[in-house]
Amino acid sequence: MPYNVKEIVANKPSRFTEGHRMCAGCGAPPVARHIMRALKEEDHAVVANATGCMEVSTFIYPYTAWTDSFIHTAFECAGATLSGVEAAYVSMKKQGKLPEDKHTKFIAFGGDGGTYDIGLQSLSGAMERGHDMTYVCYDNGAYMNTGIQRSSATPKFADTTTSPAGKVIPGKMQSRKDLAKVMAGHHLPYVAQTAAFMNFKDLYEKAEKAIYTEGPTFLNVLSPCPRGWGYATEDLMLINKLAIETCYWPLYEVVDGVYHITYKPAKKLPIEEFLKPQKRFKHMFKPGNEWMIEEFQKEVDSRWQELLDLEEMTNK
Amino acid sequence: MSIRERLSGNEAAATAMKQINPDVVAAFPITPSTEIPQYFSTFVANGDVDTEFVAVESEHSAMSACIGAEAAGARAMTATSANGLSLMWEMIYIASSLRLPIVLSLVNRAVSGPLNIHCDHSDAMGVRDAGWIMLFSENNQEAYDNTLMAHRIAENENVLLPLMICQDGFITSHSIENIELEEDSEVKKFVGEYHPKHYLLNDKEPMAIGPLDLQGFLFEHKAQQAEAMKAAKNVILDVAKDFEKWTGRHYGLFEEYMLDDCEMAIVCMNSTAGTTKAVVNDLRKKGIKAGLLKIRVYRPFPSEEVAKALKDIKAVAVLDKADSLNAMGGALFQDVASSMYVAGNQVPMVNYVYGIGGRDTTTKDIESVYTDLAEIVKDGKVENPYRYLGLRREEK
Repeated sequence: MPYNVKEIVANKPSRFTEGHRMCAGCGAPPVARHIMRALKEEDHAVVANATGCMEVSTFIYPYTAWTDSFIHTAFECAGATLSGVEAAYVSMKKQGKLPEDKHTKFIAFGGDGGTYDIGLQSLSGAMERGHDMTYVCYDNGAYMNTGIQRSSATPKFADTTTSPAGKVIPGKMQSRKDLAKVMAGHHLPYVAQTAAFMNFKDLYEKAEKAIYTEGPTFLNVLSPCPRGWGYATEDLMLINKLAIETCYWPLYEVVDGVYHITYKPAKKLPIEEFLKPQKRFKHMFKPGNEWMIEEFQKEVDSRWQELLDLEEMTNK
Repeated sequence: MSIRERLSGNEAAATAMKQINPDVVAAFPITPSTEIPQYFSTFVANGDVDTEFVAVESEHSAMSACIGAEAAGARAMTATSANGLSLMWEMIYIASSLRLPIVLSLVNRAVSGPLNIHCDHSDAMGVRDAGWIMLFSENNQEAYDNTLMAHRIAENENVLLPLMICQDGFITSHSIENIELEEDSEVKKFVGEYHPKHYLLNDKEPMAIGPLDLQGFLFEHKAQQAEAMKAAKNVILDVAKDFEKWTGRHYGLFEEYMLDDCEMAIVCMNSTAGTTKAVVNDLRKKGIKAGLLKIRVYRPFPSEEVAKALKDIKAVAVLDKADSLNAMGGALFQDVASSMYVAGNQVPMVNYVYGIGGRDTTTKDIESVYTDLAEIVKDGKVENPYRYLGLRREEK
């Protein structure tokens, strides 16, 4: 059946409900809600959450925004925590302690702090051990929950509270870690990078594949943050679009090691288009700082080319 | 009918785990507890258990996975030592706050640093306020028996707290001693099945666990943990009664050894109690009224009961196999001393920090403690209550 966002929203009740306390204009709630909609209605899910914005805004005692089962333990161990849940499922199912005809799916959500950085070991371990689960990183490119500190997902030159654009050092001086490729290096059956774009089609289809591919799967989802990035809340979808059209955030998937770029812009936009509406890159547009934009563009170009090469190489 | 065997402490713990047949074991190797997951993965590989063995990439993940599994509705177990427990520390608190009756086999070893792989109790003492029930074991038999009783205690609906069974690294974990094992089927009957009221995998009643718990609720939740810990004391005794009916082996909150009529007593935990019993026997032959109180249940601490048991003794020495580095004495000493004070029992007390980093503690060392106590009995005075036993000092 061809993808139709209206039908999905109309026919599949939200499993991530209203009343949560995430910011207006935050990229994470629509991402989480749509990923949860990719579940078959009859399937139960256990969601694990790393500590972060999403956790502290969706499960404040005694309220929860999740209609499925949900577990949060700590910042760095959503992967390991959900491993335990999945292992319990396998064990109890095998012993006949759970109904045979019912299926439970396992989905972890972590921000880039809980995924790229403090939770990387736990994620890597869970994926290597082959637990049947989907790990979703909602990547907003900094530790937003504690107040916009840099992470290894923060793009170069971004102004954060621990990589401030100062008089001598112009923001974060290191490049962003390419986590989707790190996960592809785990030889998982399914790894994808996606974003809420064009009626959420790319996001929905990849979420569905990830959730219903047997074994460990990983989704890296762009999740803009109005406070950390400095854009107007109503511009969320525009920011997503610009990230994709400039090839800052390529949409692709790696299926059993084979790369497919799922969206190639007809006309790749210059990186300024993505940088300009965001306050965190404001200093890059000061006279004399043109080199920063050039360098940023160069990195985007080389990473895009690398991806094109990988696609060609793995599809031979 | 019990089965006579010869097993090391680690084998005893692993055997108990096999008989309990938990749904999930998640563990990471660390000396001297490594053998437990080793033996256990052999049971898994040979199909002796139904357990999913999760060979995690760290102890932090071991406890995280146990939390996930237990919350999911499974029985989850693990084993660790020293730095492994230190790395778990964050999750140790989370396990108890989520009221998950996880059972952990702790093979006591010195926490770094510097690095040392031998026994002391610094690992256990680092989590003594974490809301776990802590049982200590003198030998392989007690490690086995405590493990068999663990789930009945931890899973009791008035308790629902995680539980750790401690035994001394190498001293008991690697020493082979005689042991009485129980039949698999009998163990299964005694331990029973686990049917949690609420669990993640119940699709009929989805649940959320591990909230952001702010000023309006955390205090009440912590008070509930405290109530559960208080309630655990009677549950431990009830389970011990049932255990005794079944096996004939008696367990209390602590063991009193020649304590009734004694003039001077040592309070200690784990294998040192065995050494102390040998010394008490010798002293008794000489007509010296020495005794021993061996703590089995360290958390909840049996404050009133300990104070009552020690009230008529003329001098008490508390032996701590971990220093608290607080300039006032070890943790067990503080617990016993405050128990005595609150009960209004004025008995001269002295503390010995001993056996750090696996330093051998011989009968001679224990004898010297009783010799010191005999001096204290004479005039009731304690010059320096915070002492070391077996420390090598430069001659002044």
